[in-house]
Amino acid sequence: MTITVELKDITKVYGNKTVLDNVNLQIREGEILALLGPNGSGKTTILKILAFIENPTSGEVKFQGEKVNFKNTEKVRLQSTIVFQKTALFGTSVYNNIAYGLKMRKVPKETRDREVKKALELVKLESFEKRPARKLSGGEQQRVAIARALVLKTKLLLLDEPTANLDPKNAGILEEVIDTVNRENKVTIVMATHNMFQAKKLPHRIALMDEGKITEVGAPAEVFGKLSKNLASFAAVENTFTGTAKATAAGTSKVDVGNGVQIEVTAQRQGATVVFVNPQDIILSKSAVESSARNVFKGKIIEISDLDSLVKLKVDVGKPFTVQITKRSFSEMGLRLNAEVFITFKASSVHVL
Amino acid sequence: MVDILGGIAKAFELIVSGDPELYGIVSRSLLFSGTAVILAALWGTPLAMLIAFKDFRGKTVIKTFFSTLIGLPTVVLGLILFLIFSRGGPLGFLGLLYTPASIIIGQAILVTPILISIGVSAIESVDPEIMDLAKTLGASESQAQIAVLKEAINGILLSNIASFNRAIAELGVVLLVGGNIAGGGNRTDVLTTAISRYTQRGEIDFAIALGILLMIIIFAINLVVVIARKANYIVALVKSPFSKMKRSVRETER
Repeated sequence: MTITVELKDITKVYGNKTVLDNVNLQIREGEILALLGPNGSGKTTILKILAFIENPTSGEVKFQGEKVNFKNTEKVRLQSTIVFQKTALFGTSVYNNIAYGLKMRKVPKETRDREVKKALELVKLESFEKRPARKLSGGEQQRVAIARALVLKTKLLLLDEPTANLDPKNAGILEEVIDTVNRENKVTIVMATHNMFQAKKLPHRIALMDEGKITEVGAPAEVFGKLSKNLASFAAVENTFTGTAKATAAGTSKVDVGNGVQIEVTAQRQGATVVFVNPQDIILSKSAVESSARNVFKGKIIEISDLDSLVKLKVDVGKPFTVQITKRSFSEMGLRLNAEVFITFKASSVHVL
Repeated sequence: MVDILGGIAKAFELIVSGDPELYGIVSRSLLFSGTAVILAALWGTPLAMLIAFKDFRGKTVIKTFFSTLIGLPTVVLGLILFLIFSRGGPLGFLGLLYTPASIIIGQAILVTPILISIGVSAIESVDPEIMDLAKTLGASESQAQIAVLKEAINGILLSNIASFNRAIAELGVVLLVGGNIAGGGNRTDVLTTAISRYTQRGEIDFAIALGILLMIIIFAINLVVVIARKANYIVALVKSPFSKMKRSVRETER
C-alpha cells in the first residue's frame, strides 16, 4: 500500500489557541478519507496543511515519501488542490475560472479548451463556459469550483464540506462526481464533513476528530462500531445526539439526550446510544400538528441560512436541530429569527448508530 | 459690468466653431494630466501592492500618511515644487521650471496619494480567499498577487479616474511650476490657468468657453465613475442575492 501523504506529530497554534494537537495521519493512495467532526475540531486546518497553504507550527509532512519544505511550496502545491467550503470564484467567466490552474501549468490552449469542456460535463454544467461565474446559483458555483479542481488532475484532492451549503440535488451530483473521479481517475481524496450520511456512504476510511485531535481512524463500520469511546466527537455533528436509551412498554425506546429532550426511536435499546435525524425528515410547523409521529418538540428558530432552493434553519428545542424546508414554505410561513415553531418527526426516521 | 449673456453666447460659438486656440488649451490639459496619471500609476500601483500585500510595522501610519496627503492644498505642493525646480533650488540645474515636464511631474506627485490610498483599500477589500484560491490552483506568490489585483480592477480604475479628475481641475501646481506661458513652442497654459488669465484680461467669452469645456470633461469623468460604481453594485447584488435574508452565517470553520 502506497502512502501519498503522511502527517507526523503535526501541531498548529494560532495565537494561544492550539487548533491541531499532535496529529498523526497516513493518507493512502487512491482512497477517500473523511475527516468527521464538529466545527472547530481542526478539519479545515488539516486540509489547508495538505494543500500546502498553511504551515504546521511543529511536526513534519511527507508527500510521496519526501519531506515538505513549507518555506518553498510552489512546486509541491501543483500536486494538491482544495475546494473550500465557502465557494470562492474569480470574478470572471466559468471558463477562465476552470482554466486558471491549467494556465498556471502552461497547458496549451487547445488542451485547455478540451479539458475545461470535459470537466464541465462531469459536473453537469455543459456549455456554461462563457457565463459569468459569480452570477450562477450557489450550487452551480460550487460545482464550478469542483470542476476547477478536478481539471488539474492533482495527486491529492481536498474537499472542505463539499456539500454543506447545497440542496440535495446539487449535493447528489457532487457526491456522484467525487465517487467517479476516485474510482476512474484514482484520485486520492480527503474530505471534511460533519454530515453523518455522507461519512457512512462515501469514504473508505474515516478519521474522527475532536478538539484538534484524531480520536479514531478506520473503516466507517469499524469507527461507528466503537461508539461509546467516541461519544463526544459524535455529539457535535449536525442532528446527532448522544444519550441514554430506555425501552418503553410499547416496544420502542426513548433516548434522553439531555435538557429535557427525549427522542423516541423504533429500535429497542438500553444504555448509551447515539441517534441521528436527517434534516429533510423533520416537519416544521407554527403550531403543534396532530399526527402519528412520535416526536414533537416546541422550540425557537436560532439560525437561518439559505441554500439554493432550500432554507436551512436551526431550531433550539433544548437541543439544536437542523431542519431543511423549501424557500417557498419559508416565505409562505413568514418565518423569522426567534419565531416559536414545532418540529415533528417519526420514531422510524431516527437512525440509531 | 460684464456682459454675461453675451459672453455665454460667444462662448458657445467658440466651442461649436472648433476654435484652435480653445482646443489647443483643452488638448494640453488632457495631455499633461493624462500623462501625469499614467506616470503616477507606474509607481503608485506597485507601491499600493507593496503596502496592501506586505505585513510590516507602521503599515497603518503609512496608510494614514497617504490618505492625509490627498487633502494637500495644491498651492502648497506648487510652492514646494517651485522652490525645488527654481534656479537656486536642489533640482534647478535640470531647467524644468515653467516647462510641460514640470507640470506633469507636479501633477503626478499630487495624485500619487489618491492612487495609493484607493488602490490599497481596493486590494485589501478583495476576499482574502482569492489569494489562497490562486495558490491552491498552482499560482506562485506573484501570480497570486496578480489574481488579487485583477479582482480589485474596479477600484484601481476608480483611483485612476479620481486622480485624473483632481489633476485636470487643479490650479496651484500648474500655475506655480508651469508658469501659465501662453506663447512660443513650449506653452504651459492649461484649462484652469487659462481661465484665470482670460478672466483677468476681460476676455470673458473665452474664459466661459474654457469653463464649460472643463465642466464637460469633469462631468464625463464622473459619469464614468457613477456607471462603474453602478455596475459594481449590480455585481455585488448578484454575488449574494439573499444576503439580506441571512440573519446569521455560520463562521467558516478553521
